[in-house]
Parts: sequence; structure tokens; C-alpha cells
Amino acid sequence: MGLLSLCIWAPICFGALIVALGKDLHANSVRWFSLLSSLFCFGASLIVYKDFQFGTAQMQLVENLSWIERFNVFYHIGVDGISVAFVVLTAFITVIVVIAGWEVITERVNQYMGAFLVLSGVMTGVFCALDGMLFYVFFEATLIPMYLIIGVWGGPKKIYAAFKFFLYTLLGSLLLLIALIYLYSASGGSFDLQDWYKLPLTASTQTLLFFAFFAAFAVKVPMWPVHTWLPDVHVEAPTGGSAVLAAIMLKLGAYGFLRFSLPITPDAAHEWAWLMIALSITAVIYVGLVAIVQQDMKKLVAYSSVAHMGFVTLGFFIFNDLGMSGGIVQMVAHGFVSAAMFLCIGVLYDQVHSREISSYGGVVNTAPKFVAFAVLFAMANSGLPGTAGFIGEWMVILAAVKFNFLLGFAAATALILGAAYSLWMVKRVYFGAITNDDVKELKDINAREFLMLALLALSVIAMGIYPKPLTDVMGPSVAQLLDQVSHTKIPKP
Amino acid sequence: MTESFNWAMIYPEITLLVMACVISLADLSVDNLKSPGRTQTYLLSVLALGAVAVIAAMNAISGEVGYAFNNMVVYDPLGNWLKCFASIAMIVTFVYGRPYGVDRAMLNGGEYFILSLFAMLGIFVMISSNNFLLIYLGLELTTLSSYALVALRRDNGLATEAAIKYFVLGAMASGFLLYGMSMLYGSTGTLDITNVFKAIMTGQIKHQVLVLGLVFIVCGLAFKFGAVPFHMWVPDVYQGAPTSVTLLIAGAPKLAAFAIAIRLLVGGLMPLALEWQQMLMVLSICSLLVGNFAAIMQTNLKRMLAYSTISHMGFMMIGLYSGVVDNNTQGAANAYSSGMFYIVTYVLTTLATFGVIMLLASEGFESEEISDFSGLNQRSPLYAGVMTICLFSLAGIPPMVGFYAKLAVLQSLISSGLPGGVGIAIFAVAMSLVGAFYYLRVIKVMYFDAPLTVTSVSASQDVRIVLSLNGAMVILLGLLPGGLMTLCSNAIVRSLGN
Repeated sequence: MGLLSLCIWAPICFGALIVALGKDLHANSVRWFSLLSSLFCFGASLIVYKDFQFGTAQMQLVENLSWIERFNVFYHIGVDGISVAFVVLTAFITVIVVIAGWEVITERVNQYMGAFLVLSGVMTGVFCALDGMLFYVFFEATLIPMYLIIGVWGGPKKIYAAFKFFLYTLLGSLLLLIALIYLYSASGGSFDLQDWYKLPLTASTQTLLFFAFFAAFAVKVPMWPVHTWLPDVHVEAPTGGSAVLAAIMLKLGAYGFLRFSLPITPDAAHEWAWLMIALSITAVIYVGLVAIVQQDMKKLVAYSSVAHMGFVTLGFFIFNDLGMSGGIVQMVAHGFVSAAMFLCIGVLYDQVHSREISSYGGVVNTAPKFVAFAVLFAMANSGLPGTAGFIGEWMVILAAVKFNFLLGFAAATALILGAAYSLWMVKRVYFGAITNDDVKELKDINAREFLMLALLALSVIAMGIYPKPLTDVMGPSVAQLLDQVSHTKIPKP
Repeated sequence: MTESFNWAMIYPEITLLVMACVISLADLSVDNLKSPGRTQTYLLSVLALGAVAVIAAMNAISGEVGYAFNNMVVYDPLGNWLKCFASIAMIVTFVYGRPYGVDRAMLNGGEYFILSLFAMLGIFVMISSNNFLLIYLGLELTTLSSYALVALRRDNGLATEAAIKYFVLGAMASGFLLYGMSMLYGSTGTLDITNVFKAIMTGQIKHQVLVLGLVFIVCGLAFKFGAVPFHMWVPDVYQGAPTSVTLLIAGAPKLAAFAIAIRLLVGGLMPLALEWQQMLMVLSICSLLVGNFAAIMQTNLKRMLAYSTISHMGFMMIGLYSGVVDNNTQGAANAYSSGMFYIVTYVLTTLATFGVIMLLASEGFESEEISDFSGLNQRSPLYAGVMTICLFSLAGIPPMVGFYAKLAVLQSLISSGLPGGVGIAIFAVAMSLVGAFYYLRVIKVMYFDAPLTVTSVSASQDVRIVLSLNGAMVILLGLLPGGLMTLCSNAIVRSLGN
């Protein structure tokens, strides 16, 4: 069993173990065991990063075993420069989420922790899968734990949210399934992504496949106009669920674009790039405007997620090195920042039990340590230089300007919008005079919350100041992907 | 002459018949008061079925193909594996159904076990028959036993109503099947399926007569599967019958129905494939549509599962008709084996689902309404987990085994290159989205709603173990589906290869 298998299966096994053996009676040992398991998996993912050879676009740490013989499905996993970052990110966020749920979750602790551990393993599997069917199995399997997390530990309208989440995303991925089966038949019986990359496809087939992929991945990202599930789900999901959803699950969709849409249907991707760019820029500007007027903090961050993910897809479909790398950097940065934003809201919600902006005001007077972190993350969310949020956006804007000045200009307005919604929320929630008794009685963060926010703050600043480890590791893979996209796959008559 | 009897090939049937008779005698000595669960009868029945399952499995592994009783009986891995799975399904049904039966005074006599064993014998006969008459005999043996079983609770109005409905409609369906067979017999002059095939291949038989016969045969089969528009009995019988009998009807007989569909349509009427392909297509599309949409409306879980069965049979039929494309034997084998994989995994999942329903039912209380499952997770995480795994499997969400069943069927449909194949595939997955909704609703009730009672769920040791294993199988076969897929594929290739 290889290192990557360990990263995928260890959390799943630990999670299953916790679900099977844990009881609410000894909730504390469940918590400690979950923390140790998630730290173990994080350690394993760091070894993956350490063992990773820089400067090559080859798949590394590859494991290839026959899985379903009859369909030629292989348990084929590996990482390249694009996916390795997400393996580490997933494990890191899981540690944070376990810490975040420490005192907050008091009922069915074992199922809560188990669900997150299983989810983390399955999501790692998505990032590592090099076989189309394996990818799909992992991709779909993420729905099960997330559905339960939202439905069991969610807010008042949790049931609506859980169903909307499940059915909306399932609808998209069923078309992906058809596309995968089609590719299997067209390639003469192979589910291997590398085979599909070489497979010549006519323009019309590519268009159909491209939109089948689009249905699955655009819903997951989510791109405008199929983003409507996200605000509903984020609002109702428990804090940890929101954090994982924003930090990693949305990335599954964007990652799908990189692994499927671009290299398998490059001609269709070029042909429809205008549409993708239009949708992305709509997400950036229009959804950014929508975010400004939100009354609910979680909804606001959810809409800002849609806007930020718009940058990601914008970067991908400009088809240059800067845009593509920028998009991926933005994915990672958004993973840290959005998780942190949701955890901050969670800290407030645990005490005041309200997500309305109007229920707060002057929090800085009672919880200064907390506000220091919260403001930092809000700054990162609006793309302040020196934080993680800046790098990706800046790269994508630069790429957009190169591509077309007006597009670049439009994308750049997002920085203003981002500042507007983030900072206005900061002003209304954290600064000013204390508006009510709830805020007056607010306690500042304890050591656990401090640790959790400090880890995220360190990551956000470190990535903002020194993004080189990230850009270096993905450089060759991005170059190879761009090379794949630039070659036509339409067979010559 | 005696050699062509090949007694060895029907050892499972003989064993079952002898044991059924022995058990009915042995049952006379069981004292109702001392042993309310009829432990002795139960153990003997399980033992008999276990022995038969082992024999069938060994026969299947040997991979031999042959004919017995002057070609009346066919002996091949397809039949042997189905027999093995059907026996296991029946054992599991007994394990789940016994405590339920005790609570409802269904085990005051040994009929439940003995009629089930005879139904099982009928299933075996159907699975291995190579002759129209034998198929009919096996079918009648199974259904007659089932009618009586459905009416086992005589004093229960719903059960009696269900039994009558089942009987009247079942008799009609048998009539259809018999009528179709007589048409074919009249035109080909033989009852032997292999000879029917040869006779049709000569091309000298009037096509219209054959197609008329075929229509009736397909109607009869559709009734057995419960495909729309021959599905009327399914919801009523599933709901009205005692749950242990519902499971008996929903489990093993589906395997037999699959076997006779393969024997009749593929083995005998392949030359008419273009005709039955279209019929099955219509049946499957209607079943998917009606089954899934009607299931949404149900509040009774057994009725909901009945409609979901209808939709699953529609899905399985896609596998049956995707095999018929321009002499592509590889594609055909893939298609039929996908159908087999679908039905085997479907039965496996159904067993556990009904197992949980029966477990929650207690004396004087049927846990049939979906709302009876409220907060099951708080009462018993294990059984809620088993139910969830099964429901996700039925909804076709990976990594449960139900997903691979759907995948296999869709793959054979798309690679068949059937005109409109991709369209049907998209329709089928759209329908599974609808399906996901009502399965999710049950999961929602179990996990998100507050429990009505706080009593924990208790089960006897055997039920607990079998149910856990059953649930584990659904997910294990989902993680490693390769073995069963290869098994189905090999069985089909070997059995239809000659």
C-alpha cells in the first residue's frame, strides 16, 4: 500500500472506526482520537508533498491496480503538481474542522467526527484519481457524508438545504456519468484518463462532452447561474460543514475542469471559452454586488465564494500560464480564506446564535483577539496584498489584461467589490459601539479557537508573502496542461 | 436412455423436494407452545437450503454445461449461480422473517417454511428449465405457494385482499404466458426451447403467428417482473402481505423471473429479438417513469419499495434489450450479464431493506409507514446505518453496489449503439435522480427527525449478525464489485455460448 492510498484510506478507516465504536458517553476520547487521526493524515499528506519531485509534470507516487476487471477500471492514483497541493489542503482543513467542532458538537460526536474523516479521505481520493470511473466514484461518494452532516447538525431549514445540495449536485454528475461511459466506449474500453487525453474526438462530440462535464463541474464550483444551491446550503450547514464545503468541495468542481474539460475536449473548450469567461465575469461582478446587500453573514461569505470561484474559472479559460496558475493559486487561497471566514462566523454564532449582521455591532470591544483574526481574514477575502487572497486574483487579472484589456478591467473591479462587501461587514459587525446585550456578554476566544484561527492566519499570511512553494510545484504540470489544451483533437478527415 | 436423464444434474431439486417432504413430516412433532419459533423446522429448512446452495455453487464453479431429462432441464453456470443466490436469499428471508412471524402467530403451523420450500423448488425448476411446459410448471408451483403465503394471516383483511388480487392477476398472467407458449407450440411443433429456436431459424414459420405468441409471452414475463403496465398487483401485494412474505416475493422469485426471461427470450426467441427488444424498451421506459413518480407519493414504506421495485425492473430490462445488436456476441454477453448483476445486487439490497422493516415491527405493530422510522439513528445507529447503505445503493450512489449495477447496464446500453441509446440512458439517469429523492426522504426521516419512541431496537443474535453481514455486503461489493461482475459475465458467456 502506497503513501497516497494511506492518505485516502486512513481517514476513511479511522472515520468508520469512530462511527462504529464511539459513544457519546466518552465523547472526549472520541474527540482526541479524531484529532490524532486527522493529524496523522495531515502528516501523511506532508510526506506526500516532501516526496514530490519538483520540476516535472509526470504523475508521481502512482499506484495502479486492476479494480473492476470486466470494465477495465483501475485503481489508478497519483498526484501531479496541480493535485498535490489539494491533498495537503484537504488534510489540513480536516484538522481545523475537528478542532472547530470540539465543544460545539455535543450530540452524536462520533458520527460527526467520523463523517468528516470519511469525507476527507474521499475528497483526497478525488484529487488523486487518474481513472475516470474511480474519479466518479469518489466524486459522488462525497455527497453521502455531506448530506448527513448538513441534515443532522444543520440549522433550522437543514432538510431543505440537505436535499437541495444532494439533488442539485447529483443532477449535474449524472450527466458526467453518461459522458464517462461514452468515452469508455469511444476509447475502445478504457477508463484511463491518459488514454482519453490522446483520444481524437470530432468537434460536435467534444461539444456534447464538454457540456456534460460542464453540468457536473459548474454546479460544483458553482458557476453563475447554477450557484443558487450554495447560499442555501452554506447558511444551514454547521460551521464545520460550511468550512469543508467552501474550502474543498467547491474545488472538486474546478479541479474537474482541469482534469476533464480542458484536456479531454480542448477544441470545445476553446470554442466555448467565451461563454465560460462570460459566466465567470458575471459571477465576479454580479454575484459580488449581490454579496454586498446580504443581511446574513454566512450568505454573504457564500456569495463571495461564488465570486472568488468566478476568478478561478476565468483564469482557466483564458488559456495562458498566468491565468491557469492564478486560478489554481486562487483555489488554494480561497480554501484557507473561506474556511477561516466561516469559522469566524461560527465562533460568533456559537455564543449569540444569530447570523444576522444586524444582531452584532462593536464586537471589538468585548472580543479584541477574535476581531484581530476576523479582520485579517476579511482583508484576505477582499484581496489585500500580503495575504493569500491577493496572489491568485492578481495573477488572474494580469492574465485577463493580457488577453483583453476590457476583460481585465472588469475583473479588476472585483477587488473593489470584494473590499466593499468584506469591509462593510467588518464595519457593521466588529466595529462601532456595542449595540446589544448579546454582544456585551460575548466572551473572547479560548485557547482552542485561538489555535484554530492562528493556524489559518499563519497559512494565509505565509501564502500571501511567499507563494513560491505553491507556484513552483505546479509550474510544470500547468505548462503540460496548457500544451494539451493547445493541440486540437479533431481527427483530420 | 437412462444416461440422458443425468440424475446428477438435478440433485439440488431432488434434495429440495425430499427435504420439503421430510420437513413437513418432522414439523408434525413440533409443539407450538414449547417452541413458538418452530426452531426445529427452521433449522432443518435453513440446513436444506444451505446444502442446496452449496451443491449449486459447486456445480456452478465446475462450469459444466449439460442437459438432463431429454433436454427438458438445462444445467449451466447461469442457472446454478442463480439457484445458489436464490437459496441464500431464502435463508436470509427465513432468518429475518421468523421473529416477525412469531409475533403474528404465523408460525402456529409449519406452512410458512414448507410452502416457502415448495416455492423455492418452483424457482429451481424455472431457473433450469429448457422446456415451455416445465417453465409453466415451475411458475405455477412458485406462485401457488406464494398465493397461500400471502394469505397466511387469514384474519387480516389487507392480507386477504392482497392474496385475492395476487391470485386473480397471477392466474391471468400465467394464462397469458401459457397462451403465448401454445401459439409457439402450434407454429413450431415443439415445446423444447432449443428446438423452438431451430424451428424459427429455418424461416419457414409464419412470422405473424410467432409475434402474436411472443406478445403474450412478454406480457406474462412483464407481469412476473411487475413491469408497467402489468404492475398493478405489485404495490397491493407488497403492502398487504405480511412483510416476511413480501420479502419472499420480492427476493428469490425475481432471480427466477430473470432466468426464464433469458431462457425464453434469448435462448428460444432470439430470432424475434428485434420485436421483443422494442416491447421491452416500452416496458422499461414506462416502468421507470411510473415506478419512480408513483413512489414519490407514497407514505407507506412497503408500498414505496414496491414502486421502486417496478422502476428497478425497468432499469434491469434495459440490460436485457441492449444485448440485441448485429450479432455482437461480446456486447450481448455484456448486456445480459449486466442484467444479471443488476438483479442479483438488487435482491441483496432488498433483503436488508425488508430485514430492517421487519426488525422494527414488533408485536401488534407494523413499522410500515415511513414516519415509523423517525429518529432510527438515535434508537439504533447500526440498523439505521444498514438501512442507509441499502437506500443509497438503491438510489445508485457510489460506492454502494447499486451504482455499479446501474453503471453496467448503462454501459451496455451506450456501447450497444442502439438508436436512441444515449437518449434512453439520459432518461434512465434522470429517473434515478427522481428515485434519489424518495430514498433520501427515508434517510432524512431516520437521521434528521426526532424519534417517536426512545426504546432501543433489540434483535435476536442471528438476525443481528445476518443483517450486519447483509449491509456489509452491499458496501463491500461496492468497493470491490469486480468479482461478482466477472462471475456474472462468465456465467452468461458459458451458458449462452453454445
